[in-house]
Amino acid sequence: MSIYFDHNAATPLDERVLDEMLPFMRAHYANPSSIHSQGRVARNAINIAREQVAELVNAHPSQVIFTSGGTEANNLAIKGSLRGMGLSALTCSAIEHPSIRDVVRYFDGTVPNSELPVDSSGYIVKDALIEICQKEKQLLVSMMLANNETGTVQNILELTQVARSQGHFVHTDAVQAIGKMPVDFVKLGVHLMTISAHKFYGPKGIGALIYDKSIDVEPIVHGGGQEKNLRSGTENVAGIVGFGKAASLAGSNLEKNQKHLANLQRYFEERLRQLPSIVLFAANANRLVNTTFFSVPGIVGEALLMRLDECGVALTSGSACASKSDKPSHVLMAMGVDEQVAKSAIRVSFGLKNTKVEIDNFFSVLVLQLNLLGLLNAES
Amino acid sequence: MKLPIYLDYSATTPVDPRVAEKMCNCLTMGQNFGNPASRSHQFGWEADDAVKNARKQVADLINADSKEIVWTSGATESNNLAIKGIAHFYHKKGKHIITCKTEHKAVLDTCRQLEREGFEVTYLDPEANGLVDLKKLESAIREDTILVSLMHVNNEIGVVLDIEAVGELTRSKGIILHVDAAQSAGKVPIDLKKMKVDLMSFSAHKIYGPKGMGALYVRRKPRVRLEAQMHGGGHERGMRSGTLATHQIVGMGEAFAIAKAEMATENERLHTLRNRLYDGIKDMEEIYLNGDEESRIAGNLNVSFNFVEGESLIMALKDVAVSSGSACTSASLEPSYVLRAIGRNDELAHSSIRFSIGRFTTEEDIDYSIKLIRDKVEKLRDLSPLWEMYKDGIDLSKIQWAAH
Repeated sequence: MSIYFDHNAATPLDERVLDEMLPFMRAHYANPSSIHSQGRVARNAINIAREQVAELVNAHPSQVIFTSGGTEANNLAIKGSLRGMGLSALTCSAIEHPSIRDVVRYFDGTVPNSELPVDSSGYIVKDALIEICQKEKQLLVSMMLANNETGTVQNILELTQVARSQGHFVHTDAVQAIGKMPVDFVKLGVHLMTISAHKFYGPKGIGALIYDKSIDVEPIVHGGGQEKNLRSGTENVAGIVGFGKAASLAGSNLEKNQKHLANLQRYFEERLRQLPSIVLFAANANRLVNTTFFSVPGIVGEALLMRLDECGVALTSGSACASKSDKPSHVLMAMGVDEQVAKSAIRVSFGLKNTKVEIDNFFSVLVLQLNLLGLLNAES
Repeated sequence: MKLPIYLDYSATTPVDPRVAEKMCNCLTMGQNFGNPASRSHQFGWEADDAVKNARKQVADLINADSKEIVWTSGATESNNLAIKGIAHFYHKKGKHIITCKTEHKAVLDTCRQLEREGFEVTYLDPEANGLVDLKKLESAIREDTILVSLMHVNNEIGVVLDIEAVGELTRSKGIILHVDAAQSAGKVPIDLKKMKVDLMSFSAHKIYGPKGMGALYVRRKPRVRLEAQMHGGGHERGMRSGTLATHQIVGMGEAFAIAKAEMATENERLHTLRNRLYDGIKDMEEIYLNGDEESRIAGNLNVSFNFVEGESLIMALKDVAVSSGSACTSASLEPSYVLRAIGRNDELAHSSIRFSIGRFTTEEDIDYSIKLIRDKVEKLRDLSPLWEMYKDGIDLSKIQWAAH
């Protein structure tokens, strides 16, 4: 048995995406900056992909800067706009991905920075945002659209209005939202937005920063001047083509995919609630349709995950990017969750190929393991 | 023979079928698609194993330790990370950097950025053969020099710098040496146990691996430290964050392993083909070889066809894909800054063509190209009034052109 419930960490590449990518490794391999006809074939492919990515998020193709992934796009958003605009301060929510929090903290001692608190559902505390927006002169606020661990979807539009009304700028990390909910760059009203292909069945190693033209972005990678000077380096043509195809598939199948994922989530959580003493994080929040983050108090999350892995079930205790450390999830800590409860957290993130049968199998394994750990004996 | 013939291997290469096969094993459902940073399940561990294996393959080609390899998105990022990383880490020791005018844009533009940040950069003039004179390098070194950045093989003219000698000099002075090896890996032997290089940049797509993938070698003994340029997650021992793209990494590893196994025989073949190409055109009038004749990689031939405009020749040679120099600067109509730096005048710099031969080039490709080049150069010269004047024995350099 092999069950993969860790799609927020990585998704398998869609076969249709692979089919689009392969010709750009083998037949149309030229450098898109070359002026000969083969070079122009590669250039055209990039242009098409740029349109596909732009269409998915309702942006103009000229607003798309291709990067090597979400982390680079987040770095570019913050460092690039900070330097380009000469901003006076930075803030981000306390539940951001490390590629935001670490970048913000990098400016410790040089640029005033802070973190916005969240409530027990993982929502950013609006009053805290209002306060800092009144205090700072020109601020960049970075708030993720959907959290990778809890799946909580922020009310970005409302928060953005707070910041914009005071003349501040907003970045949103939308990496986890794409393919699971509609993402409209214009409607969200943000200035900068990060997306990444491998979270929605595209290839790893390619992402994009979408930017509003009112923002002067300074490049963080210098060289040949690709991406209108905003990101140098020979373009990853096959990766970009795959990104484009994955974007167009995500866009055209969104409703169908959402429905499928929501069905799985509902089914899963119904079964989950039948287990005794389960804590479901952000239970009442507006969450991504594929993400369920819960805890079985009394167990060590990592130990249970290892046992589940031996039974062929792949899950995680939180973000893959932080999974090396033994610390409890910073997201749960920010939500005020008890440390012991946080240490027994398990994240389930469904993908398009998951089935209810897999969920049934998962619960058989889980109940068995919890029994072995002596946790269900009292009740059974 | 398949048209068009690709003679632009220095710009980029096709992914070797053996590499593509390995990459495809790391992408889709049922294959090794996991996130190598996932520590709690088989999918993650398998991806991590593949990354480890590739790290060893890359290290093996250059006789380094796996732990000295940092994955990046390509040589441009590697060059940025090396140069800015060193500058930002060691700025208290000094703020002077030495490089050369013929470096790749990724080095030059990064240095320009550092100048804006208050660093001082010396841009050495290369000799007429395209190589840096070590004595000139030595005399450019100052008290506050922290870094020397020089390329191993030039992307336009293919000349090979004696890195071992440079390393002896910089190490004896206690200065960090960074080498851009994007164009040399897999083409020239690299032994980092012998070469006193502290940082070295690599690219996958120049040696039949995928685009968007590179590495930076960071020496551990003596240890070199750098400031990360990409933050978040702390991947690559804190030097470069971001989800590792397993398929890209595996592709780079396989490309490097193939290069290690086949470099010697491949070089011999490329050398023969390159000489065949040069022999086929060198009797033409007014053609000039750019860069040292001996100290250059087997696959490169850079020639100026006087009285022919390079871009026009590229267009005329429709069936043969070549470039006038670096792809990264080919959108501009400026003459090659590399050729200008080695002392070529504007006319010759404007009339250069870089032929770069690679793994899938055949003898027929070369013979066809020779015929086409001879034919098209002759046609273009027939249309050129300058050529006519030259043939009439007029010394063009003495003409006073009137402005209109």
